[in-house]
Amino acid sequence: MSDYNFAYLDEQTKRMIRRAILKALAIPGYQVPFASREMPMPYGWGTGGVQLTAACLVPEDRLKVIDQGADDTTNAVSIRKFFQRTAGVDVTTDTTEATLIQTRHRIPETPLTQGQILVYQVPIPEPLRFLEPRETETRKMHELEEYGLMHVKLYEDIARHGQIATSYDYPVKVEGRYVMDPSPIPKFDNPKLSDSPAIQLFGAGREQRIYALPPYTQVVSLDFEDHPFDPSKADHDCDLCGASASYLDEVITDDQGGRMFVCSDTDYCTTRTGMGHRGRLAEDAA
Amino acid sequence: MYVAVKGGERAIDNAHAWLAEERRGDPDLPLMSVAQIRAQMTLAVNRVMAEGSLYDPDLAALAIRQARGDLIEAVFLIRAYRTTLPRLGASVPLDTGAMAVDRRVSATFKDLPGGQVLGPTFDYTHRLLDFAEAAAVDPAPLAQPDPAPLPHVTQILDRDGLIEPIAPDDSPAPDLTREPLELPACRALRLQALARGDEGFLLSLAYSTQRGYGRTHAFVGELRIGRVAVEMEIPELGFSIEIGEIELTECETVNQFKGSRLEPAQFTRGYGLVPGQSERKAIAMSLVDRALRWQELGEDFTGAPAQDAEFVLSHCDNIQATGFLEHIKLPHYVDFQAELELVRRLRADAHTALQEAAE
Repeated sequence: MSDYNFAYLDEQTKRMIRRAILKALAIPGYQVPFASREMPMPYGWGTGGVQLTAACLVPEDRLKVIDQGADDTTNAVSIRKFFQRTAGVDVTTDTTEATLIQTRHRIPETPLTQGQILVYQVPIPEPLRFLEPRETETRKMHELEEYGLMHVKLYEDIARHGQIATSYDYPVKVEGRYVMDPSPIPKFDNPKLSDSPAIQLFGAGREQRIYALPPYTQVVSLDFEDHPFDPSKADHDCDLCGASASYLDEVITDDQGGRMFVCSDTDYCTTRTGMGHRGRLAEDAA
Repeated sequence: MYVAVKGGERAIDNAHAWLAEERRGDPDLPLMSVAQIRAQMTLAVNRVMAEGSLYDPDLAALAIRQARGDLIEAVFLIRAYRTTLPRLGASVPLDTGAMAVDRRVSATFKDLPGGQVLGPTFDYTHRLLDFAEAAAVDPAPLAQPDPAPLPHVTQILDRDGLIEPIAPDDSPAPDLTREPLELPACRALRLQALARGDEGFLLSLAYSTQRGYGRTHAFVGELRIGRVAVEMEIPELGFSIEIGEIELTECETVNQFKGSRLEPAQFTRGYGLVPGQSERKAIAMSLVDRALRWQELGEDFTGAPAQDAEFVLSHCDNIQATGFLEHIKLPHYVDFQAELELVRRLRADAHTALQEAAE
């Protein structure tokens, strides 16, 4: 791929994106408009994340790409391959080894460390979008810190269902100022957003927005005193590695109602299995 | 025994190999050349150039072949390639008055200076499947027309003060592909977005204005198709030089007038300009442009989709639309799992509540 610049984008474009990233880091949770480029993968398939990754990558980086927590889902494979071809960087599936992790819909179970960058792919960056479809209006609402509508929505959930009926894409407030969309991660992952030693960058290509959480930023999931936030998950242990505190995928194993639960974070699960942990259905379980 | 799903990489490679085979089709048939597509699928090539925002018929033809004739996919290939090109500068404003015209029709005047030129149009063909075409009979060659510059119809109206004057604007044109779209958007930016917007979307929007959703009573003042010289200012030279020629379709509509007892009535304008021969799109664009101008012309917002700039500009790009639409076929296991847990819990709660109520 010698026809293209390192990591595909030209240097001017990367500079434009880096400026937006710096602004986003300076105003945590604020959505910075940027001149998103057309990428060779479709909008909605991670173009925002890919542009952030392209702008951040240096030749010494070790890149990890996950989708639904797994390194081997097709879109993760496709994006990882893209950067192997266009940037020639080393890749890894090991969360601790990676310097930059691009993710869709999950935060790795293994705690991140200083110096790591976590890049999120974001479909709809505006947490208020489904309450107010107009960008001109929602920007004004953020300006004025007018978040009453969001609380009304959460309250209506409680009135109707007895609890807040949002299970992923659960809105958060950043450093007491901006309400932010954490991307469609399960709300189980929300607590990991706060006080993380890593840099967290969010890219929405189609919607032309970048936002960020600098390390050790306070991120609070919206709730009410009498209905506190509850980061729930399936009430099981992983059937492969026995983990009790990781987010689980439900796998249908037959047409008789048989099912098993496995870690959605494949690296976490294989690492634990390698360390000798065994779950209910592991092959060599006692 | 279940093991976590693996093999994404091999699956992708196999899918690509199969795609390549399907694209080639029956190997006993000769491969279509890019030159053939360019020469014989011109209108498809034009559409790909317009919506791809890149004027290069050879690349557009290549993209159409690579995309198996899926034009939105071809537009996507062109856009992704365009991303990697540097922006060298802006041309001086094109002079469509000096267009070497292949086609020029006006619906507002029976005859006018330069006359009506039908050009290569489907308009008066009978849409009967032509079996001679299937036998690939070559048409007889024609004499080449002698193009002469033609005045714009709106100029004629303008001279008499019958149409709203447009002041020349020398401010640099914004570039949608280099700056994020900010709302409200100026007319130049709106037109830019419409010019690369999806033809089908604009067609339907324009049609909706004709059926009463933001009605503007448009007449096609003039529709012209032809080649226009592109000139660029070269700073070292201090003057502009011609760097090439592109084909354009331009549509100017003459619309419902504004005015009052104090302000004499005047017609208003809608404008459409599309690279290549793309008549349907140029007309649609001019209707939508006019509908979007309700505010500056002091009209009411009736809630019609075509009047709503934020709605139109946010949804006219087919590459954005198709990408986001199709992304829902990507895995969403994690989110679905979260929803599954929630629904189960809500059902369990409701069940308990029902039982308690029964006791």
